[in-house]
Amino acid sequence: MTVKVIVRGKAKGTILVSKTPINFLGGIDKKTGKVRDKKHDLFGKILANKILVFPYGIGSSVGAYTIYSLKYNKCSPVAMICLKSDLTTASGCAISNIPLLVVGKNEYESLKDDQKVLVDAMEGKIL
Amino acid sequence: MNLTKEEEEALDGKQGETLALAYRVLLAIGEATDADKLIPIEWAHLSGVNYNTIGDAGEEFLSHLSKDATFKVRTTVNPMGFDFDTVSKYSVDDEFIKKQESIKQSYEKMGAVPSFSCIPYEILELPKKNTHVSFAESNAAIYANSISGLKTNKEGAFSALASALTGKSPYSDLREDDNRLPNLTIRMKVEHRDELTYGLLGYFAGKVAGNSVSISGTRELDKRSCKSLCAGMGTSGRCGMFTIGESEGEKIDFDEKEMQKVQDELNTSESGDLITLGSPQLGLDEISDLSSMLKGKSFRKRCMIFCPRAIQGQVKKMGYDNEIRRAGGEILYDCCICLTPLVNKKDVDAVTTNSVKGAYYLKTSNEVDVNLKNLKQIIQEETK
Repeated sequence: MTVKVIVRGKAKGTILVSKTPINFLGGIDKKTGKVRDKKHDLFGKILANKILVFPYGIGSSVGAYTIYSLKYNKCSPVAMICLKSDLTTASGCAISNIPLLVVGKNEYESLKDDQKVLVDAMEGKIL
Repeated sequence: MNLTKEEEEALDGKQGETLALAYRVLLAIGEATDADKLIPIEWAHLSGVNYNTIGDAGEEFLSHLSKDATFKVRTTVNPMGFDFDTVSKYSVDDEFIKKQESIKQSYEKMGAVPSFSCIPYEILELPKKNTHVSFAESNAAIYANSISGLKTNKEGAFSALASALTGKSPYSDLREDDNRLPNLTIRMKVEHRDELTYGLLGYFAGKVAGNSVSISGTRELDKRSCKSLCAGMGTSGRCGMFTIGESEGEKIDFDEKEMQKVQDELNTSESGDLITLGSPQLGLDEISDLSSMLKGKSFRKRCMIFCPRAIQGQVKKMGYDNEIRRAGGEILYDCCICLTPLVNKKDVDAVTTNSVKGAYYLKTSNEVDVNLKNLKQIIQEETK
């Protein structure tokens, strides 16, 4: 299993998969955790308390502060799993203390909506 | 990445949440850039100071963080959105001023030197050669690596902030000597050279180069050209360092044709209704030059000149302030062209500047047109 721990921690939750990359700055409402980018496949969905699975983050590095605001406003995902590491998501999860894993293609594709999992970003496992 | 026992403990929160946060950032960025350890740095220079760059979420974050965080090493900060001394003369809304004040206070509370400057290499005493620093401002990172003999990656706002809080940085990319060797040479083939030409060369280099690049066909650069080259390079790509001369590997030419392409991308107007000078901010030498060039002349239109607060005393004492103001120039401290709310499309259609970096941000953020001219041309054509 190819799993890289970017931000350590453990979290339990239900998976929400995004098919497309996420631009946290502008794309997500930081007060509610609702996806407000009309062109995004998760439009209208709420990220709060989910295990958010998405390819990688895009857009301004200021998006890291949006992740922090989501956490501060208690509407952030409890963990994130990406296919590729990007500095915005890495910094954002780090300042917000949200566990973050980067996983290989096979593991990534095995993650499906509504699965209940435990993300162990200490050992680098998804159970 | 391997951490020492102490670093592990800090990461686990044994020294408080602020240090845990800072080490989480260093670990995350270290893992993402394949670093194998953290090393000490002596100076951090932070970006993310202008309210226009970090917004409400950034302002909130810094406000929370500053409640119990203290910087561990010398920490300087980038320009703000405006100069508090003169902001009332411009139309900046109260909300912006309030948020900017909060950001300023947060950084100062954590112990930042209130430099509000993008040219820390010009206004502060430099550490000895080969010292590792952590500079988030791109022109400053490139200048530090290429001219000041210091070592830094082209840091982001968070890695530099985490470095300021811990005095450490992931050991990767330009911190390793092997990665500092350029594998591409750009041959400067443009005959006429001034700071604008070098800014355009920098912008071109940033687009085509990796971490480090050689520039041949040029001798010693004067400070104005050098700053312009660093700023242009930092704007367009990830390149964090240049050396003068030819290196092994691929070679490409920067000729009139290539220069024209860059110029066409950034220059969108024949003229401007406002002149801006100072991205990077002008240092004392450049202000002294400008004041000499303006003897007996006055600007035909508004001209905003951006400087670091550190030189204000000298600018006044040497009489440059009087001379430039007599010529109709407005000197502003603590801010710069990039993302300033002082220039907006409601009031101006196009801005004349000699700054390639300024041009890029004026176009993309302030959404005004840009007329690029070198300083000599600006003085010749825009004064009477």
